[in-house]
Amino acid sequence: MLEQFVLFIFQLLVILALAPLLNGLIKKLKAFFQIRKGPPLFQSYHDLLKLMRKDSVVSENTSWLFNVVPVISFASVLSAGLMIPIFTTALPFGFAGDLIAVVYLFALARFSIALAALDTGSSFGGMGASREMFIASLVEPAMILSIFAVAINVGTTNIGFISTDVLSQGITALSPSHLLAFVAFFIISIAETGRLPVDNPATHLELTMVHEAMILEYSGKQLAVIELGVMMKQLLVFSLLCNIFFPWGISSGLNAGIVASIIVFSVKILVLGICMAIVESTTAKWRLFRLPDLMSISLMLAFLAVVFSIIMRGE
Amino acid sequence: MAFTHLFLGLVFTYLIGAALSLALHRNDRSVTYASFMSSFLASVFGIIFSLSVMYGDTFVINIPGSSILQFGVSIDKLSAFFILVISITSLAVSIYSIGYVTEYFGKKDVGYLGFLFNIFILSMILVVSVSNAVMFIIVWELMSIISYFLVIYEHEKSETRKAGLIYIIMTHVGTGFIILSFLVMASVAGSFNFESFKGIGGQLSPAFKDMAFLFALIGFGTKAGIVPLHIWLPYAHPAAPSNVSALMSGVMIKTAIYMMIRFFFEFLGVDTLWWGILLLLVASISSLLGVMYALMEHDIKRLLAYHSVENIGIILIGLSVSMIFMSARQPELAAFGLIAALYHLINHAMFKSLLFMGAGSIIFSTHTKDIESLGGLIKKMPWTAFFFLIGSMSISALPPFNGFVSEWLTFHAQLLSTNLSINLVTILVLGSGAALALTSALAAACFVKAFGISFLALPRTVPAENAKEVPNTMLAGMGILSFMCIVFGISAYYVVGILDSLSEPIVGIGIASNITNVFTIGTIPSFAGSISTTWIALLLILFMPLPIILFRSSLTSKYETWGCGQPRSTARNEYTATAFSKPIRKWLENIYRPHREIYTTYANSHFFKTSFKFESHIEDVFEQYLYNPFIELTLAISRSFRVIQTGSIHAYLAYIFAVLMILLISIITGGI
Repeated sequence: MLEQFVLFIFQLLVILALAPLLNGLIKKLKAFFQIRKGPPLFQSYHDLLKLMRKDSVVSENTSWLFNVVPVISFASVLSAGLMIPIFTTALPFGFAGDLIAVVYLFALARFSIALAALDTGSSFGGMGASREMFIASLVEPAMILSIFAVAINVGTTNIGFISTDVLSQGITALSPSHLLAFVAFFIISIAETGRLPVDNPATHLELTMVHEAMILEYSGKQLAVIELGVMMKQLLVFSLLCNIFFPWGISSGLNAGIVASIIVFSVKILVLGICMAIVESTTAKWRLFRLPDLMSISLMLAFLAVVFSIIMRGE
Repeated sequence: MAFTHLFLGLVFTYLIGAALSLALHRNDRSVTYASFMSSFLASVFGIIFSLSVMYGDTFVINIPGSSILQFGVSIDKLSAFFILVISITSLAVSIYSIGYVTEYFGKKDVGYLGFLFNIFILSMILVVSVSNAVMFIIVWELMSIISYFLVIYEHEKSETRKAGLIYIIMTHVGTGFIILSFLVMASVAGSFNFESFKGIGGQLSPAFKDMAFLFALIGFGTKAGIVPLHIWLPYAHPAAPSNVSALMSGVMIKTAIYMMIRFFFEFLGVDTLWWGILLLLVASISSLLGVMYALMEHDIKRLLAYHSVENIGIILIGLSVSMIFMSARQPELAAFGLIAALYHLINHAMFKSLLFMGAGSIIFSTHTKDIESLGGLIKKMPWTAFFFLIGSMSISALPPFNGFVSEWLTFHAQLLSTNLSINLVTILVLGSGAALALTSALAAACFVKAFGISFLALPRTVPAENAKEVPNTMLAGMGILSFMCIVFGISAYYVVGILDSLSEPIVGIGIASNITNVFTIGTIPSFAGSISTTWIALLLILFMPLPIILFRSSLTSKYETWGCGQPRSTARNEYTATAFSKPIRKWLENIYRPHREIYTTYANSHFFKTSFKFESHIEDVFEQYLYNPFIELTLAISRSFRVIQTGSIHAYLAYIFAVLMILLISIITGGI
């Protein structure tokens, strides 16, 4: 019981503490590829602290919903975090939600932020909400199919078990369908974390914004909560990519292996971050109506992954 | 014995309610209380009765009759479950109606509405209770005709009359097919009693069996609203008074699902693989097209009606997956699929009735169904907004609400298809998972639109500006169902246990002990995937205050929304529902086939434009390409019959004479 509680607190602290660092890391990597110096690694913490000290300005058009949404989106992402292994596959709340539940918890966060965006009555909010829900509709089928592909390979959808199952299969786990599902999921994660070519997290250019347009009216502490939620989601999506598809090195509990696990995870995140930074530095933002092409690629890959795993299951 | 009293009490309370409505119809206020309090009371009886049957034994009243017609009722756990769904919904809707019908005071005959309302609920309860096919057809027709009268309650509007016509035609086409399927069964059973239909599939020849299946699918599918037989829903639901639409969409279309389960599983016995596959395809297409058309709708009730098509699709996905498992002789997995379907069925009854009541409240206080002219209602009608939000989140399958649990179960039912031996079937079922995922994402988009545009930001028109909160009785009705949405969400493990006891007699195996644990539900085998909505809800509540503690709020100031430095932004700057759904309209252009036209009028030269008119609408593919050609064909054939209709009495006498002669000759020659 005590161990479970310690794990619970540990997981919470890891998510809350690491999320801004990952954000800083990606910014730094992007700056490296663009031959800039970039903001310091810990800039995101400073930004959040600064926002927390500030007062909020709230639009007169808004209702109570606007004030509740940051809290809901934060809570739903954090709850999802308890079901996703980061340093260890021992998750006290691993039973409470599987991969599908995580997807829907993220959907809860998205749904609430989209409503808040409409609540301000600004055209930007509506535009952002409309596009976000559009992109979500493109992402969801590919997401479910790649979840199916993974689940067929390992026989479970609870993420902690997926990691241990893939570990126990050893190198044979890297089947074609596993890798295809990984690529599909990588494309999805670009959309889920709002990165180029789907959305540009660094822009406030009116006509290209998606996520930024939705939270345009937020300020001060509320903005800090939303930003932290977004950073947490980014960390969680990356952890999913690392620990579902390449869980090697993850520890099975709060034991000596945790130090090695932290190091291995950092390396994996760094590699992923570099991949993301390369993608972001080499592509321009796509037109909104070209995104269905990108997402159909992901959908097709995920479908192929499913087909592969079904055909190869007899062997 | 107590059961008999309860059941008869329930029937008579509805009848008394109906009689009182007619007797008191001159006094609006007293007739309102008399009719809706009786339906409320009868619903309470219904809940008690159905729960006692679900936890007890099958309830049978046998009144001896002929082998054709028998007035008995036989209520097993499945029937009791449907009575429960009907009763919970009608309980909430009855309370809601007390406030809602004040709208009609002095304008319409409320007693007439109360009469139909009571008889309508009673007919639905009888549909799921009777144990004889002929009796079933009678109560089924009663339900259809009463609901037709309810649809045309506001018959002074021409679009209501058109809606009623489409509904009555479609529903009778459906009834025709149902009668055909019963005749096929009775031809072998030798009796019209459901008892003798049980397991009749074994005695039917394969061709007749397939025929019975197809007739039943078309017949009940018409009532359920599967694509392409769905066209009556978007007409009939919006035309009916909102309390009636809540019942029609929430529970009436479910009675068709009830008979599908009985028919396919109990009567025919599912041992043909393609039945499940056909139903799966139809269900996936229904869910996708339903939500796609819903997204383009701006009439809030039509939008909800299309969502019924979508949700019936989701229910049938669960049912069809269960049928596929059944035909593969995997009763455990079939039980899982059936539980998913039944769970979504009760969820849909809860949130769809809730949403229709919410839509009714909007119409009650703004007198418009067009969400483009609403906005800002959350400030004027805070409780309606709150309840509508709960309904929206439930239908969008967001945790920890009820819709999430049943969609999760459906996804896992699809995932279980990996246990099937035919690869192609497995891939097809898993592919339908992608369709379900797209459906649920589009549903979320649609309800961000429906809730966001009508309730949030600034009011777009004067009626929205002057909206007032609806009476307490209406709020209470919505409150009950909102509460049920939450209860069915967080107590999933308990509900699954109950549903398992329903599916056990149908598929022959109970799996509750394998898939439920304390606060947790999981898949077979051994919790390979599990969720606990109870814990998710607790975690959400636990984390909600966290940011507030972390970032203790001090000052917030109010200021206008940023409008690019322009003067104060008004409601005209807000995003509209049309704009909101634009990306999806453009993406799915091939399905929607949008028409766009711009008319410009000029003053003297081309440089001076006096006015613009922009018109945009989408094409209903099914009406255009399936129904219209059929209607035209029928009309053409009918027209060709005009040739013999000369209008001259001599010609008609000649026809009669000719017919008489033919008959006489055929008798003389000994009949052919």
